[in-house]
Amino acid sequence: MQNMSSLYVLCLTFITLCFAACKDNENESIDVTFKVPAGWPAPVYNNPANPITEAGFKLGRKLFYDPQLSRDNTVSCGSCHQQFAAFANLDHKVSHGIDNLLGTRNAPPMFNLAWHPTFMWDGGVNHIEVMPLAPIGNPVEMDEQIDNVIAKLRADNEYRFMFKEAFGTDSINSQKMLLAFAQFMSLMVSANSKYDKVMDGQAIFSSEEASGYSFFKKHCNGCHTEPLMTNFTYRNNGLDNTFADLGRGLITQQPNDMGLFKVPSLRNIALSKPYMHDGRFQTLEACIEHYNSGIKSSATVDSLVASGIAISTQEKTALISFLNTLTDSTFITDKRFIEQ
Amino acid sequence: MNNTLLRLSAFAMLVSCTLISCDKDDDSNSNNTEPGTVNIEFKNRAAGNNLELNTTTYSNAMGQDFKFTKFRYILSNFRLKKSDGTYYNVPESYYLIDEAVSNSEKVNLTNVPAGTYTALEFIIGVDSARNTSGAQTGALDPTTGMFWTWNSGYIFVMMEGLAASSPSGDLTFHIGGYKGANNCIRTSTVNFSSNLNVGKDKSPELEIDVNVLEMFKAPNAIDFTTLSNTMGGPTSVLVADNYIDMFTFNSITD
Ligand code: HEC
Ligand code: HEC
Repeated sequence: MQNMSSLYVLCLTFITLCFAACKDNENESIDVTFKVPAGWPAPVYNNPANPITEAGFKLGRKLFYDPQLSRDNTVSCGSCHQQFAAFANLDHKVSHGIDNLLGTRNAPPMFNLAWHPTFMWDGGVNHIEVMPLAPIGNPVEMDEQIDNVIAKLRADNEYRFMFKEAFGTDSINSQKMLLAFAQFMSLMVSANSKYDKVMDGQAIFSSEEASGYSFFKKHCNGCHTEPLMTNFTYRNNGLDNTFADLGRGLITQQPNDMGLFKVPSLRNIALSKPYMHDGRFQTLEACIEHYNSGIKSSATVDSLVASGIAISTQEKTALISFLNTLTDSTFITDKRFIEQ
Repeated sequence: MNNTLLRLSAFAMLVSCTLISCDKDDDSNSNNTEPGTVNIEFKNRAAGNNLELNTTTYSNAMGQDFKFTKFRYILSNFRLKKSDGTYYNVPESYYLIDEAVSNSEKVNLTNVPAGTYTALEFIIGVDSARNTSGAQTGALDPTTGMFWTWNSGYIFVMMEGLAASSPSGDLTFHIGGYKGANNCIRTSTVNFSSNLNVGKDKSPELEIDVNVLEMFKAPNAIDFTTLSNTMGGPTSVLVADNYIDMFTFNSITD
């Protein structure tokens, strides 16, 4: 009996502690200052009417992880964009959405989005604030009408509270929802890899990494340009002779855009397999081998890669060592971005 | 800290807005009369009558029969031309006119400087700046269904219907696009046959006919057997070149 009651007290204490911990987490104060890393260009997204606040960021985070944003309340943004994969979708060649439907493209990672002039593999989305509308409305992703989403949020007391905290009013509309999303997404800055520390003089490359870096600067930097490891242009890197996915051409309907895709950043690249717009390559080795021996000719193939880039076995190993220095482990464990 | 900043910037914005509107007022008050209201009605018309969704059968310039099931469009950037040739630019003028929503065809311009006006100009669609500036509200709220999410930008004119001559039986004309060769932004000028007099206690009614069948007529007669579905791009441009003269003057009532 004695034992039972002390066990009971112990349990109760434990439960209380757990709640306290949860509560703590909820009220935890978050640093939401947006910092431009040294040597980086100014961000593209800079809306003075939407300064990042703690309440706005937390609202954006809640929205990001909320399956209510999908038609049957099962799929959230976070289902396809996972933090441990730098917010890509690990091991999914193409996206896997509502009703188990498959999309046609690989879910890209999410970081440094405030620097993106456009979004999606084809650059079809022109502004970070309207970005969430595409997956919400996509019939094979979340398949929900935006006005239904707003109705669900309005019916939810917690959201009314959080919108009031973030925007001073609990009258919820699509604009405020999108502004909160933009606050959350623009704070996802990844700039703390070994590469960054080396550039900052706080670390040094091994000799293998260093030779990979020189190879990279010579052959890859023309598209995967430092410091963001992309110049956000549309290029055809020679994956196909004919295009199952027209890429940029779908958006512009111009012949010289057929088969072009937005150059992806190579930051955190070791974390976000599989690779390319359709997830066709499982490993970095396969990606590199593509540039060495797999370039396919077509009317729009880029002159930088058209005749292939000769890469020896040694150079391959060095290149991979270098690409591994682009992994930012503090970003993928940053508590601010975890579902609460 | 952040909150203070927010308030400060909101205050700064308020002040600058006030300053800007002061400018405008100065400009227009030169003749010392108070501003008035212009009540505009856009009348969607086809074959000599008010447009009817779902029930009435119309024919296009090729003689192909069809029905409308949906007809909506965005008009923006209103400018009133004064008798001296200068313009009054109506601030923040974005309107969604939807045949299925009663009263949406009525647009009231308030605070119009007193004066005599001879024409109304507006964009059929949305200026390119607002196509690229992120989350909007009002007539441009994406919940209205006039925003393309996969290829960002507004649908300027949305016509849906049924036609036996269309291979699918459906008509889907979603006209929009603000870039390069596929730009569907068109400016419409409606010249008044009589003057529009605005001032205190003068709230004239301006009726504008919207001759909806023009969108399929000239210079590019649309053949539903070959074009029944467009959502931006070169085929949408054909339709935009048609609807540019869809708006005509009907009447002014003082
Ligand atoms: C079913 C899986 C899925 C869901 C759910 C999903 N996404 Fe995505 N996301 C993708 C895919 C696939 C792409 C690439 C699509 C393309 O290029 O056409 C993508 C692209 C993006 C991009 C562009 C990244 C870049 O580099 O251009 C962002 C940002 C993004 N998603 C954010 C979100 C947000 C915010 C949500 C929730 C509102 C969300 N996603 C929900 C699969 C998903
Ligand atoms: C001509 C511009 C260009 C050059 C040069 C270039 N790439 Fe790429 N790279 C691209 C494009 C475009 C893609 C995306 C292609 C697609 O998915 O259709 C890509 C994709 C990749 C990917 C997969 C990224 C992902 O997230 O799926 C890797 C890895 C990669 N490149 C590595 C390299 C390396 C290493 C080099 C130098 C040897 C290099 N690239 C040179 C344009 C280029």
